[in-house]
Amino acid sequence: MTLDELPRGDRAVVTALDIRGGARRRLMDLGLLPGSAVHAEMTSPLGDPTAYEIRGALVVLRREQARAVHVEPEGR
Amino acid sequence: MATPLPTPGVGRTPEPPDAGGACASCALAPEATRLARLGLDPGRYSHVVALAGNPNTGKSTVFNALTGLRQHVGNWAGKTVARAEGGFSYGGVGYRIVDLPGTYSLLSASADEDVARDVLLFGRPDVTVVVVDATRLERNLPLVLQVRQITGRVVVALNLVDEARRHGITVDVRHLARELGVPVVATAARRGEGLPDLLAAIEQVATTDDPPPPLRLVHRDPELERAVATLADQVAARFPTLPNTRWVALRLLEGDPGIEAAVRDGSLGDLAAPPPGTVEAAG
Repeated sequence: MTLDELPRGDRAVVTALDIRGGARRRLMDLGLLPGSAVHAEMTSPLGDPTAYEIRGALVVLRREQARAVHVEPEGR
Repeated sequence: MATPLPTPGVGRTPEPPDAGGACASCALAPEATRLARLGLDPGRYSHVVALAGNPNTGKSTVFNALTGLRQHVGNWAGKTVARAEGGFSYGGVGYRIVDLPGTYSLLSASADEDVARDVLLFGRPDVTVVVVDATRLERNLPLVLQVRQITGRVVVALNLVDEARRHGITVDVRHLARELGVPVVATAARRGEGLPDLLAAIEQVATTDDPPPPLRLVHRDPELERAVATLADQVAARFPTLPNTRWVALRLLEGDPGIEAAVRDGSLGDLAAPPPGTVEAAG
């Protein structure tokens, strides 16, 4: 599944980034690498963007950005 | 090295500094003969120090502590980021210090990151101090590694150790220094903690004739490795004195527009031009 589908409050581990160039670089700089643990912390009222906890910081991603991040949900 | 180091008077220090005798009310401790902060006028300086780091690592607090300035650096997207500069003198030697905008990376395409990257590459500071947040070390290390790929003249200021301590986090400073190949100094800049050691490390790195070589990223993909080597050779042929040809080759392969432009208009050659310590006269 991709990160945008991760329900609020759930945790997952990044498996792949399906995006290239500067946008990929940016996500990696923000700590999103294969193996990174992600926690969907909060969603804005309209459901987009969503704030994720990644390596001790809150990172807010738009849905299109989150869609590029493949994750393996944890504990289910 | 055995001479007692000063406790730099860091503005209003809430608790009395542990090194005896430093007067809390005066900006400069009376025995602080080795550190004289020069504020905005760096005067004559021998060494250039760049301060890099992620946003919110206390970089500007370190800057202010060293220079005695009270500059507040805003950090928001789209702001044209002026680099702040100041100076201090330590051991009778003048240092000019450049506070770079906070960045997570030297590789993404934002104005802040361009400023930081350009100063490190083209300004060729004698020392780059990378300020990292001890409570979020993992987030901060990528920038350290990126800087290490450009230069070996690096000091890591492991800042906010007081906060880390409160969170029950201890960092194995010696191990980290061994892994990175450069000095790592634990600091709590807002309390002045660790600043004498930081200054000593800066001096040591600034004056060494034998800095560790830049870190070399080795790729397991033989094709990529071949492409990097081929391109690096071509870059070296065009800019014979350029020190970081592999780094430049990697950026070109990534399609970094800033580096592409610098290769095209030849300004990349400036990188090799000024020998360390004589980077553009002050002012």
